[in-house]
Amino acid sequence: MALLEINDLAVRFETNDGIVSAVNGVSFNVNEGDTLAIVGESGSGKSQTAFAAIGLLARNGHATGSVKWDGQEILNLPESKLNRIRSSEIAMIFQDPMTSLNPFMRVSDQMEEVLTLHRGMSRRAARVECVRMLDAVRIPDAAARITMYPHEFSGGMRQRIMIAMSLLCRPRLLIADEPTTALDVTVQAQIMKLLRDVQDEFNTALILITHDLGIVAGSCERTMVMYGGRIMERGPTEEIFETPTHPYTLGLLEAVPRLDRREEVLPTIPGEPPDMMRDVRGCPFEPRCPLRIDRCTDDTPPLERIGETRVRACHRSPEEVR
Amino acid sequence: MSDMPLLKVEDLRVTFSIRPRGAWPWTPSLHLQAVGGISFELEKGETLGIVGESGSGKSTVARALINTVPASGGRVLWNGQDLLQMGSDARRRHRQDAQMVFQDPLAALNPRMKVGEIIAEPLTTHHPDTPRAEVKRRVGALMERVGLLPNQINRYPHEFSGGQCQRIGIARALILNPDLVICDEPVSALDVSVQAQVINLLSELQRDLGISLIFIAHDLSVVKHISDRILVMYLGRAMETADAETLIDRPVHPYTRSLVQAVPIPDPKVELAREHRVLEGDLPSPLRPPSGCVFRTRCPRALPACAEAVPEMQEVGPGHFSWCPVTAGEVVKGLIASVSGVRTVVD
Repeated sequence: MALLEINDLAVRFETNDGIVSAVNGVSFNVNEGDTLAIVGESGSGKSQTAFAAIGLLARNGHATGSVKWDGQEILNLPESKLNRIRSSEIAMIFQDPMTSLNPFMRVSDQMEEVLTLHRGMSRRAARVECVRMLDAVRIPDAAARITMYPHEFSGGMRQRIMIAMSLLCRPRLLIADEPTTALDVTVQAQIMKLLRDVQDEFNTALILITHDLGIVAGSCERTMVMYGGRIMERGPTEEIFETPTHPYTLGLLEAVPRLDRREEVLPTIPGEPPDMMRDVRGCPFEPRCPLRIDRCTDDTPPLERIGETRVRACHRSPEEVR
Repeated sequence: MSDMPLLKVEDLRVTFSIRPRGAWPWTPSLHLQAVGGISFELEKGETLGIVGESGSGKSTVARALINTVPASGGRVLWNGQDLLQMGSDARRRHRQDAQMVFQDPLAALNPRMKVGEIIAEPLTTHHPDTPRAEVKRRVGALMERVGLLPNQINRYPHEFSGGQCQRIGIARALILNPDLVICDEPVSALDVSVQAQVINLLSELQRDLGISLIFIAHDLSVVKHISDRILVMYLGRAMETADAETLIDRPVHPYTRSLVQAVPIPDPKVELAREHRVLEGDLPSPLRPPSGCVFRTRCPRALPACAEAVPEMQEVGPGHFSWCPVTAGEVVKGLIASVSGVRTVVD
């Protein structure tokens, strides 16, 4: 049985300007110890998918479909029941560590709180465990620095603290939402290595939400590409990069300048990311797709299986895309 | 004038003085050296990329070049004329010839002005006697040139997406036919698919109009793609400079090497097989930079001697300079292309 099983998830937001449909028909599984990357640009619905799954949607958001954790339906569960799962089994880290840490509390207090509250540990035992965890995320001189305030740490260190904090209850699933976007490249490399290491050490499943294809390439076994709130394609990372079967994936891969390539002109995807206010009837990528055909406008391509491990949503055949 | 570079920067220094919060009136200010002695030349029609992480001083260099931040030392020669000693006329001329494109496209545009007014503003400011019809014609032509529809001339910035706003910013920078356009992180706020469009637009304009470009970014892949030469900065100092190919393929300075290794390549086969030596530690505080070489606290190759003297510039190849005495004679190859071989595409 899958650890996390999402079926036909849809997320809508009621705003003053109308209904925004942010996520549509998203289904995927995450097994114990799995690593899944959700890749997409702004407005692709990658973050809202994760937020909906663990009940963190903004107040005007509403999710439908099914989210099963360990076989139990958790979508739209009351806060109290959800908290039990969120506290001990699922953890999440965010893009900007400074806004996730309380600036008025010492790191020690915020970290120990997790253990005294959820695990009923004594403060003394909690402190020992917290220092151990900060050591594990390689914060030098953790025992002394744990009593410092968040602003006394650098961005990279703060993200390490967040990772340490999220691992305190030994979650079975860690969701990382753009964990390195606010960090410098060399620090990003440190954090990604750390995430891989803790994942090996604690056998935590990882969902990595990112726009950066480079990070995905080095850290996730499976990749799911989203656009305009829908899944475009999903499969083993190596296959997705090697033989993309969706025009969007292909376009995205070619549009990224690469250090190991020399190109005079970057191939581009024409147009702009979709306006989520508009209700899309067909494929969301249709207006920008070089391979569009008439039925793409009105007829949303269903997710279809190819082989054992891959799915895609496109009216064109994989051979035509290549 | 022909063999004179458009821009020659010699030992540029920028120091900010900072009042610590809650300081007594008699407490001396702290001095933060944001740029500590940068030198480079820029030819007409050349693109120079400046790469560095946050706090490297790359944006401060840009600001000093257009004189919005006063340089505290060194010289900036614009067509042979020292920028710091220019009279007001020459300075006004320079303001027209050197333009800037900013990172956050929406924040750089006045939300209460129409797009046409925004693009025309430099022209109407510097040449107020330009006939209205002429202004309109040039704005329209420029909008078309940067990929905007001329009938959008009466819209406001919020009606445009990030990529389009950046195009507006580029059009505004071009209306005075400048010799130099400085782009400070012009694509880092954009989505990947839009980023490629803007990069292509910039290199196209650069080629067609023969302008010089200074392209400042933290993303080495983007900088490499667009630049002829690259300057790598760290904590206000130059680390290495060379033509783009050489810098990526045969970096000499330990910092450049770490940077090249840290940039992920979107290809699992290459990425998983590559050697990743992760750079330890964080950027030191610019208020208390390390003595000698500023990179030594994180440098895998640091020797005790690195703490003593500020490294001299070493010529390690034709047009290839490194500020590291330890690695000067070394050649390291294949930091990236060790696996798949470089795929070369030339249009």
